[in-house]
Amino acid sequence: MRLGRILWFAVLAIALGASGAANWLAPAGYAKQYREATDARPSAEHWLGTDELGRDRFARVLYGTRISLLLAPAAALLSTLLAALIGGLAGYLGGVWSRIAMAVTDLFLSLPWLFLLITVRALMPLNVSPFVSVLVTFLLLGLLGWTVAARVLCASAASVRSSDFVRQAKAAGLSGQRLFWVHVVPNLKPVLYAQFWISIPVFILSEANLGILGLGVAEPMPSWGSLLKELESLVSVGAEPWKFVPLVLLVLVVTSFQILLSKQEEAAG
Amino acid sequence: MKHRNGNFITLAALRDAFAVAIVCAGIMTGLATAQGGQLRFCLHNEPKTFNPLQVDDDAAASIRYLTGGVLIRLNRQTQQLEPELAESWKVSEDGREISFRLRSGIAFSDGTPFTTEDVAYTVQQLMDPALHSPTGDSFRSANGKVETKVVSPSQISILFPAEVAGLDRLFDQVAILSQNSPKKEMAVLGPFMVADYKPGASVLLQRNPNYWKRDEQGRRLPYLDSILLNIQPNRDVEMLQFKRGELDLINTLDSEYFDKLASASPQLVHDAGPSLDSEQLWFNEVAKAPIPVYKRDWFRSANFRRAISEAINREDLSRIVYHGHAQPAMGPFSPANKFWFDAALKPPAYSPDKALQALAADGFRLENGTLKDRAGNAVEFSIITNAGNKARERMAVLIQDDLQKIGIHVNVVTLDFPSLIERMTQSFDYEAIILGLTNVDLDPNEEMNVWLSSAANHQWNPQQKTPETPWEAEIDRLMRAQASSGDANKRKAAFDRVQEIVVDQQPFIFLINKNALSAVSTRVHGAAPVILSPQTFWNAERLTVSGN
Repeated sequence: MRLGRILWFAVLAIALGASGAANWLAPAGYAKQYREATDARPSAEHWLGTDELGRDRFARVLYGTRISLLLAPAAALLSTLLAALIGGLAGYLGGVWSRIAMAVTDLFLSLPWLFLLITVRALMPLNVSPFVSVLVTFLLLGLLGWTVAARVLCASAASVRSSDFVRQAKAAGLSGQRLFWVHVVPNLKPVLYAQFWISIPVFILSEANLGILGLGVAEPMPSWGSLLKELESLVSVGAEPWKFVPLVLLVLVVTSFQILLSKQEEAAG
Repeated sequence: MKHRNGNFITLAALRDAFAVAIVCAGIMTGLATAQGGQLRFCLHNEPKTFNPLQVDDDAAASIRYLTGGVLIRLNRQTQQLEPELAESWKVSEDGREISFRLRSGIAFSDGTPFTTEDVAYTVQQLMDPALHSPTGDSFRSANGKVETKVVSPSQISILFPAEVAGLDRLFDQVAILSQNSPKKEMAVLGPFMVADYKPGASVLLQRNPNYWKRDEQGRRLPYLDSILLNIQPNRDVEMLQFKRGELDLINTLDSEYFDKLASASPQLVHDAGPSLDSEQLWFNEVAKAPIPVYKRDWFRSANFRRAISEAINREDLSRIVYHGHAQPAMGPFSPANKFWFDAALKPPAYSPDKALQALAADGFRLENGTLKDRAGNAVEFSIITNAGNKARERMAVLIQDDLQKIGIHVNVVTLDFPSLIERMTQSFDYEAIILGLTNVDLDPNEEMNVWLSSAANHQWNPQQKTPETPWEAEIDRLMRAQASSGDANKRKAAFDRVQEIVVDQQPFIFLINKNALSAVSTRVHGAAPVILSPQTFWNAERLTVSGN
């Protein structure tokens, strides 16, 4: 068990370390076009070959990993915090507050968010740098992705509120705020963690989908989402397995995050 | 051939030409004498109508081509007009009247005889404002009634209220309806007729038993028994079905699919060379556009536009984005347009150094790798294109890299199509756009709505009350001159000059002309893919399919 944990930690550390060291590992950068070597197979010069515009895929994977590893968790954190605030409080307070919060949540859930995002993008200025486009993309995802988690947290908080230990604490004269932070929030932690980790791959894949609508990360900056777009055409990928590297990396990183988290919880429990 | 100088085309001469074309096609394809079979291919959307006069989409246009009988047909291979239901025709000197001499002994698919009344009825329907016929719109050059006059049982003349440029050519799109058939538009004069339609699934066409044409051996055409048109919008599924042998042809392929198929089965793919379609970049020159004034000044400078054009490596666009299945565009018309292309135009040169020289003439200078204008503004602009179009997205990124070499920073933005169109035509809130023009017609009159400064599709600065630049005024004059002339050579000279002005001023920076790519199964005999639509089945009446 310990070896497994070390292995998963190593996977995460390698992904984080390599993406952090992208400037040294791939000094030519993610945007340089080797126009005489487009769509090249892996070689000593290009370890994962080149993409359709001749850009080094290894460099793009490293830089894309950096962006996705930084910004998808950031968006997940934002959405989880919003969910905790709205859903957790609604569940804890109950009554009219819960009904109002859940009505707002339902309203957000019923929004055709795809069209909403298209409208938002249409209103945005065009002359924004790729970095700003990355921030805007993940910020939008974070701001709009809290609703499902809020419902789950509302139900969990309501369950905690009606549990015996909370009743006992209330009977012992604990104040509302102390009761919330000391007795309710710690008991919501497993749900919050789960929502956070679940959101990361969802946001990474959402970013890939948004790219098709022009809402993704702007060229030439890479992200896992834009790299995964290469897999759209399954006919070609069968003969070019190295194009699966971003997908394999995504699966490994998300799995390692979740396994390490569960181990930590086991240890804490 | 003289179509507009008052002489009737001689049937014998055209018959000879037709025979030569057929022999060539036979030699090229090893056309077997086998007859019959079913041809299967895909329509990419549901046909919106079976009424040939109301066709406004590709699927319905394909069905019209296969089922409709026309008076005059544009030979997709030679790009010349040929007689069909009309033995001969004559256009008056003033371009207002066209007279047809019809073939005799022809009947619709249901047996109803074909007469001059059917032609008169079709024209009446075509020009009926209540029908809103997109085909009829091409004939509307002025307000007023269109008069038809039956001269004899085999002769009819049609008089328009004003000159219609390229009048005879427009009849290639006019499928003749029957006035008397109870089947109305389902009674046809073309080689095939609609036998079954399953919405969302397929359209089955069967051989028209009354089709009038015969081959050189006197056998009735078409050779095929039927054509099955599967309605399939998904190109991946179409490709898989073709590979599995469930389809016999793919009419248009993109370069990526073409190469995939070519690597496995090179005998199945056909690259017919540059098509009429072009991709271009243009800058926003609209006076009221919500962009900084200094940027508008850049975009309105011919030197700036020429410099951008020279800094773009079109060879790389063709080689990398289209895998070599495209040619650097020379101007508004592709060399594939045999008559109208201006042969004096030269392939665009790629020269970042010359680009910088041209920019220096306008006061631009390169400082620490960044190009700045006279006032010190760094040259930066955005290029928008429609999201999901891989080729345009890739071209934009290559251009971004090319322009970075002369110190220009480009932001590439992909937008959903409605947002892009809204910015392009309503708010004018954009700086540069990459889009394409799909040309289905050879004649420049079809582009009047692009080149006239008052036109809505004059995209870089549409709907000008009066031309804002001398060169646009000159283009207006030349376009009107060519449209009102009955002399093909004078028209050609005028449009050549238009092409030269456009290449000099670069309001559209033409990037590439895509090749016409298609795939045809080896089971199909007689296929000779061409650049004009419908590329693979333009000679459907002479195709045969073996083994199904």
